[in-house]
Amino acid sequence: MSQKNRLASGGRIDRSKVLTFSYNGRQYKGHLGDTIASALLANGVDIVGRSFKYSRPRGIVAAGAEEPNAVLQMGATEATQVPNVRATQQSLFDGLVCGATNGWPSAESDMMGIFGKIGGNMMPPGFYYKTFMYPKSMWETYEKFIRKAAGLGRAAKELDPDLYDSVNHHCDLMIVGSGPAGLAAALVAARSGARVILADEQSEFGGSLLDTRETLNGRPAAEWVATVVEELKSNPEVLLLPRSTVNGYHDHNFLTIHENRTDHIADKAPAGQTRHRMHRVRAEQVVLATGAHERPLVFGNNDVPGCMVASAVSTYINRYGVVPGNELVLMTTNDHAYQTALDWHDAGRKVVAIVDTRQNPKGDRIEAAKSRGLNIIAGSAVIEVQGSKRVRGVSIAPLNASGDGLSGSVERLSCDTVASSGGWSPVIHLSCHTGSRPEWRDDIIGFVPGKTVQKQHCAGGINGTYSLKAVLEEGARAGAKACEAAGFGDAAKGISLPLAEEVREGKAMALFHIPHTKPTSRAPKQFVDYQNDVTAAGIEVATREGFEAIEHVKRYTAMGFGTDQGKLGNINGMAITAKVVGKTIPEVGTTVFRPNYTPIAFGAIAGRNCKELFEPERYSAMHKWHVSNGALFEDVGQWKRPWYFPQAGESMQQALDRECKATRDSVGILDASTLGKIDIQGKDAREFLGRVYTNAWAKLAVGKCRYGLMCGEDGMVFDDGVTSCLAENHFLMTTTSGGAAAVLEWLEIYHQTEWPELEVYFSSVTDHWATMTISGPNSRKLLAELTDIDLDRDTFKFMDWRQGNVAGVPARVFRISFTGELSYEINVQANYGMHVWEKLFEHGAKYNLTPYGTETMHVLRAEKGFIIAGQDTDGSVTPIDLGMSWCVSNAKPFSYIGKRGMARADCIRTDRKQLVGLKTRDPKVVIPEGAQAVDNPKQPIPMTLLGHVTSSYYSANLGHSVALGMIRNGHNRMGETVYYPQADGSVIEAEICNPVFLDPKGERQNV
Amino acid sequence: MQHYSGFGLLKHALHYHEDWQRVWRNPTPKKKYDVIIIGAGGHGLATAYYLAKEHGITNVAVLEKGHLGGGNIARNTTIVRSNYLWDESAALYEHSMKLWEGLSQDLNYNVMFSQRGVYHTCHTLGDMRSNERLVAANRLQGIDNEMVDAEQLQKEIPSLDCSKGARYPIMGASVQRRAGNARHDAVAWGYARAADALGVDLIQNCEVIDMEISEGKITGVKTKQYGVLKADRVGCVVAGNSGVLAKMAGFELPVESHPLQALVSEPIKPFLDTVVMSNHVHGYMSQSDKGDLVIGAGIDGWVGYGQRGSYGIIEHTIQAIVEMFPCTSRVRMNRQWGGIVDACPDASPIISDTPVKNLFFNCGWGTGGFKGTPGSGNLFAHTLAHGKPHPIAEPFSMYRFHTGALIDEHGAAGVAH
Amino acid sequence: MLLIYCPHCGEHRDEEEFHSKGQAHIARPLDPDNCTDKEWGEYLFFRKNPRGLHHELWIHATGCRKFFNVTRDTVSYEIKEVYKIGERPSVVATAS
Repeated sequence: MSQKNRLASGGRIDRSKVLTFSYNGRQYKGHLGDTIASALLANGVDIVGRSFKYSRPRGIVAAGAEEPNAVLQMGATEATQVPNVRATQQSLFDGLVCGATNGWPSAESDMMGIFGKIGGNMMPPGFYYKTFMYPKSMWETYEKFIRKAAGLGRAAKELDPDLYDSVNHHCDLMIVGSGPAGLAAALVAARSGARVILADEQSEFGGSLLDTRETLNGRPAAEWVATVVEELKSNPEVLLLPRSTVNGYHDHNFLTIHENRTDHIADKAPAGQTRHRMHRVRAEQVVLATGAHERPLVFGNNDVPGCMVASAVSTYINRYGVVPGNELVLMTTNDHAYQTALDWHDAGRKVVAIVDTRQNPKGDRIEAAKSRGLNIIAGSAVIEVQGSKRVRGVSIAPLNASGDGLSGSVERLSCDTVASSGGWSPVIHLSCHTGSRPEWRDDIIGFVPGKTVQKQHCAGGINGTYSLKAVLEEGARAGAKACEAAGFGDAAKGISLPLAEEVREGKAMALFHIPHTKPTSRAPKQFVDYQNDVTAAGIEVATREGFEAIEHVKRYTAMGFGTDQGKLGNINGMAITAKVVGKTIPEVGTTVFRPNYTPIAFGAIAGRNCKELFEPERYSAMHKWHVSNGALFEDVGQWKRPWYFPQAGESMQQALDRECKATRDSVGILDASTLGKIDIQGKDAREFLGRVYTNAWAKLAVGKCRYGLMCGEDGMVFDDGVTSCLAENHFLMTTTSGGAAAVLEWLEIYHQTEWPELEVYFSSVTDHWATMTISGPNSRKLLAELTDIDLDRDTFKFMDWRQGNVAGVPARVFRISFTGELSYEINVQANYGMHVWEKLFEHGAKYNLTPYGTETMHVLRAEKGFIIAGQDTDGSVTPIDLGMSWCVSNAKPFSYIGKRGMARADCIRTDRKQLVGLKTRDPKVVIPEGAQAVDNPKQPIPMTLLGHVTSSYYSANLGHSVALGMIRNGHNRMGETVYYPQADGSVIEAEICNPVFLDPKGERQNV
Repeated sequence: MQHYSGFGLLKHALHYHEDWQRVWRNPTPKKKYDVIIIGAGGHGLATAYYLAKEHGITNVAVLEKGHLGGGNIARNTTIVRSNYLWDESAALYEHSMKLWEGLSQDLNYNVMFSQRGVYHTCHTLGDMRSNERLVAANRLQGIDNEMVDAEQLQKEIPSLDCSKGARYPIMGASVQRRAGNARHDAVAWGYARAADALGVDLIQNCEVIDMEISEGKITGVKTKQYGVLKADRVGCVVAGNSGVLAKMAGFELPVESHPLQALVSEPIKPFLDTVVMSNHVHGYMSQSDKGDLVIGAGIDGWVGYGQRGSYGIIEHTIQAIVEMFPCTSRVRMNRQWGGIVDACPDASPIISDTPVKNLFFNCGWGTGGFKGTPGSGNLFAHTLAHGKPHPIAEPFSMYRFHTGALIDEHGAAGVAH
Repeated sequence: MLLIYCPHCGEHRDEEEFHSKGQAHIARPLDPDNCTDKEWGEYLFFRKNPRGLHHELWIHATGCRKFFNVTRDTVSYEIKEVYKIGERPSVVATAS
């Protein structure tokens, strides 16, 4: 049995369950109920890592979330690696593999430690800023070495095999922390009938009651815990969440709880289980019962393994049956920490001395120590620790009354463990998350939650209330107040609290930093923030240099920026700063805690929302057909749209050439279902359209369609589409695929806030319809085979629509064209989409009906000079800039949206960038989209840019390239030449031309 | 000013670091200054430094209601780049970039500016088009920027998921290789130290509560702690509070203040040396020299001065990061925070005269503030020295919102930074 | 994350269901064509942006799709009042 520090009995571990784990490649044994930390201590492992800056050996100092040193790499496989696991919070399981995160060749004997010893003195706070500057070119070389030393653990290189999820809750009471205060509050709340969530970061409920030897009703406190938990469990309105950290408290009483579901049993979740779960809680009332963290004292070499926080030592003894050493020196500023010496002594190991910084300590625990014959050295302090990889002894010296100087000679004591206590800091983190500033209280020597606008109640340690009796009472009271506020009446009635022991305590001393015989700058390093190697001397240097505001001190020294977020060190650091600059702690101010309380996995926050669920994919009704016919897809908004349909062996250009030619020669088909469709009804619908479109709508007859441009109030085009008059007070508007939601909201905001007097109603019907466009000279023949609608060219004209049946199902057919060909857009109920599509192909084979995607659609429309909003526009283009003044009606009586904007000084300049066609000198050359035009390609850089190419394709139908682009003053420069300098040094020459390259008279669509 | 160098560190080490001098004084303000700058953030301090250094105006006070460098310079994601789209912004940010490139030496303060590259990933054809447009413009504007395809990108950033399995597969990226990161706090401190050394008074804990304006002209400011301080010209550089100061001067700005959140992971061994940003999936990330993954989240849609935003934004950001960098799934998020960004409708800043004579505003940097720090300070110093804007700053007048001559960088800036 | 009461639905819902649309009570000028560029620019772009009480316009975007006004403190984020379009706020900032 190698667990040399394990007691034969006691604690909450199951000695019958032996677990094997590996640390730094060596096998160790522990028990069910252990954390990694308690198991390592049981096995006598002293060093758990190396410090960041000085590479000093570090050991376990705490037993909970505040642990700064025992931060390990964990994971038995590459895929399950987790960096920076806090050994004090990770339950032990059989087969657990972990190791220190730094140190070479190992944390025990680290080569960097030698450099740390030599170079450490050259690394005062802010040393980065003072060096590595010369020569200038060398910084990034220096930085490579800095980055080599960066970081604690490492990310996995393989994909995370685990799943994560999240759950939403609404509750009346959210109780954070299940110590005595939280349990009392929960008991009250549960009996009131309120819906309660009780969450605690530990693996079992009870908080400090799990570590204590205090009794309730004369029985071990844990028995009371068990009874309460039983009662809560049996209440269906109570949700109990152990292993669940409330990591964030957000506005309007929104809290996030991170629940660890399987990390305590394996590093990969069992099949079918999620590893972590985020609970997103909206609480009517919140009770914070988060307790307090004990502060270590700041003294020379206080980071040597074997230096621990006093209460942590007690926790290891009482909860885990582990005594982390043989000979203890306890240094304390208060009565409470005497308990550690009592626990140590009662565990059968030697208490060398209790060094009390107070001159005349008095209290029940002091009496208990005396009665055990323990050596109490009052009015003194441990000024320095001896040892490097483990404490070997301490130097102690008498303190003056105020604690800021020594008043006698130094004495040495031999020991292997130093426990220290500088008092307790309430865990106020959550209360600060919503912007509430904490308040300092001299009587408890700590910050407590300040004023808040949240519906929040605090109880117990978080208020600086530490006696068990008072904590229970406060918990019950907070629970009752919260219940009352949540509407559950007088909940406190009938609750009887267990009888707690009353312990008389003397006054604690406000002391944080132990003086040394040498000035702080020359004394052995006195650590404030272990993880970031911030020392008292470092804080002095910072303030000496003018970094006096606490935020300056923090940032200059990096204090509190570690994974522990300064839970142990921040108050000490503030106290030292206050002392150096001659202010009080509240004058120095406080720091703001922000989420997370403790770090949580990205995967847990992301939940299920990655890969295909990152954003839902939207498919048209014909999607499966596209997939089985080899379409490649383009992401447009959330839609998956067919991009093009390559056939075996075809390049993209070959496929496009084929699709384009087939359409213009015979007939092609496009799935246009993704276009936004808004159904507009009401007697003022027509008036409304006139206000939101730039062109006129007053005379659009039933059965007719019209293209419209939509602008913002700034006169810039933001969407376009065809709107059809279905009936006198009934229209169907189409929008771009990506713009549908924004357009609907745009219509609504004007209707609801500006023109509520207009009677008009909007409804999104995008998903209700499947839309397929057949385009090309044979489209009429094809459609005729499937419809009862009269397709006669003179009765069903271009820009008309008709209701009828297509392939046996009701359809709306629009004779509109985005290709310039004879074209019909068939709309059927989405459920019939596939049926109609397949029927069209059945009948279309003889016409070589060719499916095409967005790319061919783009080429065909570019040949016609039709714009695509969002591609040929970018929010800085007016209809006039686009050469579309034909689509602007200034004769309308109402000053439509965009009209005034278009008339602003900058918008009526004649030399604005304007959309033109571009014909390359070499017809085979396609100008890259985005290319910028210049007048003189030989001018020096920066060149004067005229505008960019917005759309550019090779046109198989025309046998040359076609491009649209912006050119400054382009409308007045027809026929002139512009140049597009390319990255490879070549220059593409192009002539400015009319953007309509094909069939300028529009004859093809009118056949 | 005590000169900083590696040798100096060694010398000081031998004296137990007891001889380091103050990096700035804590002066009591004089009654009258040539120029008062309100706001000792990065831009304000840079303005003061360049006023003194380039224009010889040293009778300058920088008034700060809290501690210097405590605003957005302390809570950004430290990205520096100049690949903006429009000529006006490209000139502005490139002016800044050139100053960044010699800043550590100029200030004798290592601001840790590392030009390890900034990538904009493209996930759609639309992304590709707008990045190609940007790259083409930048090349002719004299700003380095290039496209890389997905295969090349995967080689350059192995941890980035460039596979087809992503929801929005990466098609390529533009990369500005001169872009990168700097140590944000050091920028404020470096400018403060250098400005102080040139005689500028940095007055911390001095809150401006009113403007002294008569006949449409500013003559000074009223402070909570020191009463009225007179000045010939006043420059206001108070990101996050511009609207409040403008109200004191009696006008409104085309600016709204929004929460902008960011977050960091725990420090882990570096696996990402560049900045990767995606406007499409709304995530961007870099890794600091300490090993923290530094991640920018989106802007909340509502006005907020609380330095807090909504959790939903954090969630979405993390989803985007895990989507782009699947290896971060088991990495843990340490801390989040929020800044207040003053956003202009066209995502470009304001460096401008105002309806009040001799009062100038520098604001509305939105998400571009950090990278703009040296350039902004340099140009604003020129504006304050001459009483009229530098040619590069001219297009950034607040009156562009009257004429319509906006510099719309939404396309290029997106939500990203 | 804000919790917002939709006066049309009569329920408190998470912010995720809503979109903020900025400052409320900005009426479109009745005669835009007679506005100066300055007036039009101010209507379009210039905002109160207060630190404190703010009347703002929201839409219950994934709910009833209706707009309404919210009076919210931009520092504490407390919502003081919710009221419908066309109504006036009863909670207003005291002159400062």
